[in-house]
Amino acid sequence: MVDKIVIENLSLQYSDGTESLRNVSMGIRQNAVTVLFGPAGGGKSTLLRCLNRLNDLTEVKASSGQILIDGENILDPKVDVVALRRKVGMVFARPVPLPMSIRENVIYGLELAGEKRKSKLDEAVERSLKLAAIWDEVKDRLDDPAVALSGGQQQRVCLARVLALQPEIILLDEPTSGLDPISTGKVEAALLELKKEYTVILVPHSVQQAARTADYAAFFLTGELIEYDDGRKMFTAPKQRKTEDYIMGRFG
Amino acid sequence: MEKSLSFREFIITRLIQTSGYSAVLFVLLIFFFLLREGLPTISEVDTSSLMGVRWYPIESYFGILPLITGSLIVTLGAALIAVPFGIGTAVYISEIAPRWMREILKPLVELLGGLPSVVLGFLGILVVSPYLRVFLDLPTGLTAFTGSLLLGGIAVPTVVSVAEDALDAVPRAYREGAWALGATNWQTIWRVTLPAAKSGVLTAIMLGVGRAIGETMTVMMVTGNAPVLAIKLGSLFSPVRTMTATIAAEMGEVANGSTHYHVLFFIGMVLFLISLIVNVIASTVVFRAKKRAERILS
Repeated sequence: MVDKIVIENLSLQYSDGTESLRNVSMGIRQNAVTVLFGPAGGGKSTLLRCLNRLNDLTEVKASSGQILIDGENILDPKVDVVALRRKVGMVFARPVPLPMSIRENVIYGLELAGEKRKSKLDEAVERSLKLAAIWDEVKDRLDDPAVALSGGQQQRVCLARVLALQPEIILLDEPTSGLDPISTGKVEAALLELKKEYTVILVPHSVQQAARTADYAAFFLTGELIEYDDGRKMFTAPKQRKTEDYIMGRFG
Repeated sequence: MEKSLSFREFIITRLIQTSGYSAVLFVLLIFFFLLREGLPTISEVDTSSLMGVRWYPIESYFGILPLITGSLIVTLGAALIAVPFGIGTAVYISEIAPRWMREILKPLVELLGGLPSVVLGFLGILVVSPYLRVFLDLPTGLTAFTGSLLLGGIAVPTVVSVAEDALDAVPRAYREGAWALGATNWQTIWRVTLPAAKSGVLTAIMLGVGRAIGETMTVMMVTGNAPVLAIKLGSLFSPVRTMTATIAAEMGEVANGSTHYHVLFFIGMVLFLISLIVNVIASTVVFRAKKRAERILS
């Protein structure tokens, strides 16, 4: 299998000096779930936000290194950021349904991209809601406001909204942190479906979730990549002492 | 010791209570006074005369329509200027300007809001109106449009300040959500941030309009003070007279207790009613938005 994303010597420091990345290098496989885990402030979210250049909008003091997606360095200032963000979709920790109907939420990104044909939009609504495993729950009330849904349903609508753009890579930043176990299970099941078509990068909200979902897992501690391996090996026989301590719950 | 402390508590509590009640009392007294002096108008002047189009108090023509339309056309013009300009500035300050620029602009705009209106009126007479007269080839530069232009300038700081606060209060997550979907900066502002701040922006507009309609000094100085019915589009470029300017200009020379005196207070009541309506609309909008926000968060 090929590496969809190659990260080379990526370092980053925020202006207030809080969270940063130190010399991170890793390759991320296509059609797999790669999990970035570790204690808070380790740089997982920062790395995710580098992958779709959302960090452009935060105060960054210094950054170096490069990120290649399909061989193209996306940190190059000349890269079309809007096109990049359509290719690399992102789901946030707190679901952010926009104040409009479910259908409008799902086609929002497509409309922004200039798609007007109703048939295309309707098709996208059904396809992405099905992929996000929520079609059966909302198919009869697509015109209800999205904010009226439960938290778990909102999060899957937000996932569908990203999927509607047909991205190649999906970033998920603790997508189930506010959800109950049943909703969490539904989102995780959706992820397993998704990896058949997409490259999925997940920051889980617990070590258990990391172990359940990871094809590949990367352990981050204070901005450094400590260990990166096959998911099963990582959670049964970690090579690094620090990783083992964290997985066993001895710190963090 | 114990006793003197509780005595002090008692005094302070009473003092604060008294000042709180007196604020309400003063407003009620003003309202009562306004009614007492204004209401006799209804028996002294025919309704048909009151609703007439001629305002010649000396010859007992008390038609207040020209004054109402004068106020409305000047305010409308001011709103047309202040709203786009004010919201544009607010969006720039809150969403586009780099941080250092924001820190210069925000206090500057608020400083502008504190400019005495008589100073602006002075500027209007000396600079704006001669220029307009030449530029638009009008018989006089003292027109409703001149008033609108300056009133717009007065309302802009109010609109900017309130609208900017509302935009600033929009959760960052909304913007990030839109950016992550591939929205451009402009699409994010227009389709996410502004709609999310809608109620605050509406309040800003209402407050700006309220500020404009109650303004006296500037309009008295620059609108030409001719009580002519202003209902045509062309009226914008001819002299008008507003309700506020009429009261301010004529109150000093009117005989106490005369019909003219009562009519001036009646105009005050109309003005009071208009700003009350504007305020009620503004607070209903805010109230509704708050309730909706609570529903979403619960």
